[in-house]
Amino acid sequence: MSKRSTPTEGNGVPPAAGQSPATELQRSEFVVRKERLYGWLIASCAVLTILVTVGIIAALSGKAIVFWTEISPVTFFTGTEWSPIINNAYGVLPLVSGTLIVTLCSALIALPIGLAAAIYLSEYASERARSVLKPALEILAGVPTVIYGYMALVYITPLFQGVLPLSVQLVPPSIPLVPEFTLTVPALQTFNVLSASIVVGIMIIPMVSSISEDALRAVPDSLRQAGYGLGSTKFDVSTKIVVPAATSGIVASYVLAISRAIGETMAVTMAMGMSPQMPHFPNVLDNLAVSSQTITAAMVQIAGADSLGHGPTYEAMFALGLTLFCITLSMNMMAELIRRHFREVYE
Amino acid sequence: MSEHERTQTQPSTVDAESTVGEDEQSTGARTVIEARDVSVYYGQEQALQDVDLEIPRRQVTAIIGPSGCGKSTFLRCINRMNDLVDAARVDGRLRFDGTDVYGPEVDPVALRRRVGMVFQHPNPFPKSIYDNVAYGLRIHGRTDELDERVERALQRAALFEEVSDQLEKSALALSGGQQQRLCIARCLAVDPEIILMDEPASALDPVATSKIEDLIESLAEEYTVIIVTHNMQQAARISDQTAVFLTGGELAEYDDTDTIFEDPDSQRVEDYITGKFG
Repeated sequence: MSKRSTPTEGNGVPPAAGQSPATELQRSEFVVRKERLYGWLIASCAVLTILVTVGIIAALSGKAIVFWTEISPVTFFTGTEWSPIINNAYGVLPLVSGTLIVTLCSALIALPIGLAAAIYLSEYASERARSVLKPALEILAGVPTVIYGYMALVYITPLFQGVLPLSVQLVPPSIPLVPEFTLTVPALQTFNVLSASIVVGIMIIPMVSSISEDALRAVPDSLRQAGYGLGSTKFDVSTKIVVPAATSGIVASYVLAISRAIGETMAVTMAMGMSPQMPHFPNVLDNLAVSSQTITAAMVQIAGADSLGHGPTYEAMFALGLTLFCITLSMNMMAELIRRHFREVYE
Repeated sequence: MSEHERTQTQPSTVDAESTVGEDEQSTGARTVIEARDVSVYYGQEQALQDVDLEIPRRQVTAIIGPSGCGKSTFLRCINRMNDLVDAARVDGRLRFDGTDVYGPEVDPVALRRRVGMVFQHPNPFPKSIYDNVAYGLRIHGRTDELDERVERALQRAALFEEVSDQLEKSALALSGGQQQRLCIARCLAVDPEIILMDEPASALDPVATSKIEDLIESLAEEYTVIIVTHNMQQAARISDQTAVFLTGGELAEYDDTDTIFEDPDSQRVEDYITGKFG
């Protein structure tokens, strides 16, 4: 807000075209104060969001530290059993593993499908197809997660239970000298990781496709023209020019979607049950067939238990919350690094 | 998008080949592009009216005219870039080496490999200099001797000396004039026969412009260059033939550049060239 001194000689002279009288070059005191008030209002809104974040971290850390004075952090972070109510065992690893397995599997489903949908919407779809599909995707994003959990439990799990268990002989027995190898897909339990991963995957597809689509559409048309001018097919232009040029936006959508999958609670609690598991080796497919528990589901369980308000079980909830927060925070920071890397290369 | 697939069967291909023979007799092998009654419509609006034009091989042909006269539209007919505009419709005959460019057996993707294009604003891909030039070769599967081909294309575009030690750097770090020469190199790398240029120097400063103009003159030894420009001095400096389009998408006059600029037939062309309108 610069206040310029204005010459007074000009006063009273009728203004020529394009010139204003000198007094109009000064802002009235009222406007200046109004501007300042708006500035403060906007700034305080921004500060409020920061205060809330800081407050959450402080609340989480406070109780978590109380918890860690009772249960040592070493036991917490290296323990392989989570059974707070029955066995007084507070090892977080089974929960972290449950969270990571669901996140990985849902990402395997959602990231390719979401990107493909984004490419279709941005590069291939006609205006009419877009006008139908875009709102449809937004509806998919708006379905309450509890309904996804219900779908997994009532429809997806029975569907797979009809097909599994399954044994596929990968190497035909007629080939000599090669050891026989059979892929065994085990039967599904009523609560299982597979159907939870599928519904979480479906849940985050709209996030990937809608943010990626924005990034793809922001790629200047001149690059597409250059591609076509060189004799590219539509698929070449989409995958070799537009997608690479939109990498930073696509990565951002991936990270947001993965963070959402990590934090997802209701659907995984309903579909996966509540039995924490360490990962199964070497037959990794077992990990998908059994019931398991994520960090978020464990917190729900504690919050619903009788011990609310006191004792290490209650305080464990805050330690879990802080762990979850650290995982998502490190995800976001990693994303920022990746984004910056691509920025440096391309801009 | 109406990118026609090759759906026609044998007979039409035979027809096309026999037409090639006739055309070479009637118009001579000197002509590489032959337009007959070419009209273009964008929806209801007519952008080009019955254009008749023969463009000779290995020369520079300039297309000039006021804004909105259809000169870019005509250029984009030659490599079927108008196909990408949903509402565009092309009538008439346009032949490239005797083959009807809009014939049912012609795949626009294959056509554009032989008819390259350089655009008004430099539009390098956000990749390294090397990858920009190699792009066309890679999508066409010609990756043998890739380094040599990239170097040769950069040399032909008079850019190699300036960038030889920074091929892995982002193309976006180059100056505007360098970027445009990179786009020309990218186009040359796939060995087209014709290079279409849509006001290639209009976004550049005078020094970069003169470099591009020198380059265009040297390119005409190996390629057919068709350049749209709104800069009449540029057309006079670098072209062998000049076509003047006037408002409404009508070809007003087409002749040797010297004739157009010194002794045009029509009064309207003379008025345009002497700056009385447009």
